Amino acid sequence: MDETNTLVAHGHRRRRFMQSLTGSVAAAFWPAGAWAQFRVEIGGVGATQLPIAVARFRGEDSAPQVISAIVMSDLERSGLFRRIEAPAIVEETGVPAMGDWRIRGADALVGGSVNRLADGRFDVRYRLWDVVKATDQGGSSEAVQPGDLRLVAHRIADSIYERLTGEKGVFSTRICYVSRQGRAYQLRIADADGEGAQVALNSNEPIISPAWSPNGKELAYVSFESQKAVVWVQNVATGQRRVVANFRGSNSAPAWSPDGARLALTLSQEGGSQLYLIGRDGSGLRRLTQTAAIDTEPVFTPDGRTLYFVSDRGGSPQIYRMPADGGPAERVTFNSAQSLSPAISPDGRVLAYISRQAGAYRLVVQPLDGSGPPTAITDSSDDQSPSFAPNGRLIVYSTRAAGRELLMTTTVDGKIKARLASTGADIREPAWGPYGR
Amino acid sequence: MRISSFSLARAGFVAATAAFVLGGCASSVKLEEGNVPVEDRRAAGAAAGAGASGTQSGVSTVNLSSRSGAADNLQRVVYFDFDSFVVRDDARPVIDMHAKRLAGNAALKMVVEGHTDERGSREYNLALGQKRAEAVVKSLTLLGARTQQLEPLSFGMERPAVSGSDESAWAKNRRAELKDR
Repeated sequence: MDETNTLVAHGHRRRRFMQSLTGSVAAAFWPAGAWAQFRVEIGGVGATQLPIAVARFRGEDSAPQVISAIVMSDLERSGLFRRIEAPAIVEETGVPAMGDWRIRGADALVGGSVNRLADGRFDVRYRLWDVVKATDQGGSSEAVQPGDLRLVAHRIADSIYERLTGEKGVFSTRICYVSRQGRAYQLRIADADGEGAQVALNSNEPIISPAWSPNGKELAYVSFESQKAVVWVQNVATGQRRVVANFRGSNSAPAWSPDGARLALTLSQEGGSQLYLIGRDGSGLRRLTQTAAIDTEPVFTPDGRTLYFVSDRGGSPQIYRMPADGGPAERVTFNSAQSLSPAISPDGRVLAYISRQAGAYRLVVQPLDGSGPPTAITDSSDDQSPSFAPNGRLIVYSTRAAGRELLMTTTVDGKIKARLASTGADIREPAWGPYGR
Repeated sequence: MRISSFSLARAGFVAATAAFVLGGCASSVKLEEGNVPVEDRRAAGAAAGAGASGTQSGVSTVNLSSRSGAADNLQRVVYFDFDSFVVRDDARPVIDMHAKRLAGNAALKMVVEGHTDERGSREYNLALGQKRAEAVVKSLTLLGARTQQLEPLSFGMERPAVSGSDESAWAKNRRAELKDR
């Protein structure tokens, strides 16, 4: 990191730990290419960020995962923290020289250790210090199998995030997405940083629209394995799967109700594409829309009372809302030639969607109480499928760059973006899973 | 040395015979090189061995005898404008021809597959492809085909005919395909 930038930014550093994203402190700059060595590419300018040093953990170089690097990448990706380089080893049992860390510009410091136990597990410990007050902010220890080392690092990042921001972290959550290489499609589940992907479904035919059940135990998705669009639900842990909708024509766009009991979906069995409700076991089908238009991409609000969806009943696809049990629809988007793929924040206040303007498909956020206009938060031109993190602070979406399809996360204000790297396949259709595993 | 016209003619006859024999073999290795109509449009190519049925052993039959304009040298694709499912006037010859075939043969069934270009959301494109397929089905029934003979399906943007992210590729992907069952 550029020393000059550090020193200039340091002059603005007189803050408390809990920060608001809309604070008026001058932006901290870092070079657009702060490429973490773990292939999470982060770029952007943050509004207010807490400078934190995550030192090397003693013993981590002999472990399969470098804990400190995962923790630092997580914190950076949240947009609320700025990396202070910390090439030193700091153990959780020590009393670090706070003055040294002040000089480096850190407001907080993390250290720890990783010890291999006789039974093959690793004992991972960390401690957090408030460098400004020179106080110990606590820590924890956990012994895990080697395969859970990434998870432990994510949990440490969550604990630090919660202690310093007062909000729940999402680093231990998971995302799912679809990858395509040639004619091989996979539905994959990965950590929220895109690493550690496991395959839930292999297919020679397209898979689209995966959706997490609210309890995180199941995925609904659309599979073309029988040469048409059919909605399936699959248990993530066991792989057991069942057809939920295979009516005449296309069955697609599954969206779980917040209580997990029902799904909204799009069926073409009666002509066109219309919205229906169905029980999670495939029973109790009920039609919701009665138009000659395309009505699709339904999504429930967190209170389960309203459905947002896409309809071209006005001539072009726009986002509408209607009561979740059916009823008159009201248009919600007015500034785009097309509005697609609505996503609602977990607090029900923000609508994210894809807006087509001047030929570009861009991720846009819009407050649902009408308190502000829609704002584009990317400057790419091929964005798709936005999905909120469960703490409402981040959105994962897919985009295209240099002919490749890839996944990005962004803070809701658009200021900090991170690329989630893949291994060469085209990846698309991300969905952010709930808390808990 | 002058080559007699007789031996030239004979050489030509031998060559022609060889071509005739080779052409009749219809081996998959030779056919990949030529300008042969391949049913499976996917970029992975015929060598993948996975035919249109999706099994591992599917073989797509190519009928060379049809290339001279008889029986099945039919146009089977209708194209659309961006974000539109309106059947354009330039589709009329294709619609007319298949409507006649359907009207004239009650046992003939077809599936109409709707497709879109890669822009926009996958779900919206699935629905748009469905509209395109249904619009073609409607056009066919207006000209004498019966609805029971036709099934509209959609693959949205999932099965492009050509790859590419420019208007010329997009235009070729905004289509409905008429396939005999």
